[in-house]
Amino acid sequence: MIPRHLLIAVAALGIMASGMSLYVWRVRGTVAQTAAISPNTQPVAPPAAGPTEQVTLYVAYDDGGMLRPRPARIPLPSGRQERAEELLRTLVAIYLGKPSPHVLGAGSEIRGVYLADPGLAVIDLNAAFANGHRSGVLVEELTLASLVATLAANVPAIARVKILVDGKERDSLAGHVDLTAFYDVSRVDQLVTQLTIEP
Amino acid sequence: MPYSFRSSLVLLRFVALASLLVFSSPSSPKQFSVYSKTANYSVVVVERNNTDYLGLLELLEPLGTVSVKANGGHWTFRYNDVEADFVAGRMRARVRGSDIDLPAAFVLENNRGLVPTSGLGALLPPMLGSPITLNLSGRRLFVGDVAIHFTAVATKTVPPKLVMNFGSPVNPMIATEPGKLEMMFAHDPVVAPGSQTLTFDSKAIPSATFEETNGMAKLLVTTTVPAMANFSNDGRTITITAAAPPAPPPSLPPSRPTARLTAPPSAAASSEPKTSASAATHVFVVIDPAHGGDESGAALTDQLPEKNVTLAFARRLRTLFDLRGLNAWMVRDGDLTLSPDQRAAMGNASGAAIYIAVHATSEDNGVRLYTALMPSGGPNQGWFLDWETAQSSFEGLSQTAAASVATGLESKQVSVRSLSAPLRPLNNLVMAAFAIEIGPASRDVSQLSSPEYQLRLGEAVVSGVADISDQLDAHRK
Repeated sequence: MIPRHLLIAVAALGIMASGMSLYVWRVRGTVAQTAAISPNTQPVAPPAAGPTEQVTLYVAYDDGGMLRPRPARIPLPSGRQERAEELLRTLVAIYLGKPSPHVLGAGSEIRGVYLADPGLAVIDLNAAFANGHRSGVLVEELTLASLVATLAANVPAIARVKILVDGKERDSLAGHVDLTAFYDVSRVDQLVTQLTIEP
Repeated sequence: MPYSFRSSLVLLRFVALASLLVFSSPSSPKQFSVYSKTANYSVVVVERNNTDYLGLLELLEPLGTVSVKANGGHWTFRYNDVEADFVAGRMRARVRGSDIDLPAAFVLENNRGLVPTSGLGALLPPMLGSPITLNLSGRRLFVGDVAIHFTAVATKTVPPKLVMNFGSPVNPMIATEPGKLEMMFAHDPVVAPGSQTLTFDSKAIPSATFEETNGMAKLLVTTTVPAMANFSNDGRTITITAAAPPAPPPSLPPSRPTARLTAPPSAAASSEPKTSASAATHVFVVIDPAHGGDESGAALTDQLPEKNVTLAFARRLRTLFDLRGLNAWMVRDGDLTLSPDQRAAMGNASGAAIYIAVHATSEDNGVRLYTALMPSGGPNQGWFLDWETAQSSFEGLSQTAAASVATGLESKQVSVRSLSAPLRPLNNLVMAAFAIEIGPASRDVSQLSSPEYQLRLGEAVVSGVADISDQLDAHRK
């Protein structure tokens, strides 16, 4: 016959094991859920350090559908390409902040900016940027104009811009604005002028 | 059997089944076409319990005034003055006070009532109050006497020709491949001649077969030499000539689609030279309801994709233009997937004076008008235009048209803003072209579907275009 105290001990251990299992299962579910809800929104490159510079960011405002130049002081690296990337990452950080003047999808990032001669800049967005972008002619062209105008205003000698998503050409940003074409900065400037006028 | 092994087997079976489903599913959705004196259009068929179903609201909305009341599982549908009652899960409907048996249960999903397509033969005549002809295998419904019959005669001329005469103007998509020329009648109620297979006493064009499938009629003409099709007689006659195909149009680069072009009714595809007298009967305005098919555009609400609003507003514009005596043609009149290149090719082939792309938004109020923001492009060489910047020489005219429409909208107290936009296919068009993006007058998105609101905007657009019609006509290519 099994002693009574042994039975009680086994039963207690069984209850504890079941409780622990249940607890571990719940914690695992919570962690998985948290990971799914909060994607990594940190920029892919470390933030630039060093002396700050005065720049002009062209910030899109959904309220009124406008683009407004906003002066800012940000630390910028010395290389042209790194400067271009840092400028656009600063702009995207504004859109990802709260409150945001022009909401972008969570996880939107600038993967890189490549400067090719003569005067061509290629902006590479990540998939979350395009996939999470709201769909509409104005909301999409505000994003395009904001990126191109900010780049052209602060990095000299950029004449044309091409936008890629995850390193590949994509038909449109979110169903409207064409991403297959190369855009002349002078043409986009005309759009910027239209977008800075109060409707 | 160990649990993990059993799980693996279940997983493998699931993966195999999913692969089978994915790879065996057809690339294009099931379509159901309706032909009537009011409108010809297509709706998408959905499958429930291995049975084909159609949304009754989408099916009848273009034919008359429809409304719906849902109360739990009870769904009351009103078409003009006819009321029909349905109950979710029941195989019986009540129309005009009489019970009608359905071959499968009525399905109610998010207040959307689905009826089995095989039940339409019994359900629709009392609702529509007119006879119908239903071709279930071809998924085609003819309301009233609308069928277009045709004859086909091969001539012994040099080069040999096949002359097809249709009872009314037709507008097929035409695709050519070595050995065959295929005509797809998506929105024409063309019906089979006496026999499904036609044979001709011609070595160059020996036969043709007629088929009705997935909401369209297909006429496959077999040829032994390259053949091309020409339209004449205001779209009532198609002549297939056994000859070498012409060079692609100068405005299309080689990488762009050139084989599949839809010839609009009375388009410039006729071999007759265009004169000012004949131009008056040609398409004046091409209306492009943006998005469609697999590409829904913006989700204006959970239940309202942009493609539905653009199609409804485009249809309203077409009616209003026609009432003004300005011949309007739509690049799609159903839920079809079309690329910007296809839309541009169709617009350019139409010989129209103006192209209007329709978009819709819930993000802002009022209306926005967009003309092309031209991208970088190569130089034009003589008659050969760069595809990306084909619109260049029409920029001024497009802006004039947009400004005239803006004036029309302002006169109706509609808030309007004019901008340029990198929005295809505007930059690929060789005519005046602009896009209109309609938003609700207030924050109420349901206004976008309101007939009154659409009519108010539509009248302003048509008035703006009509005001400069002479100027537009003068610039026709």
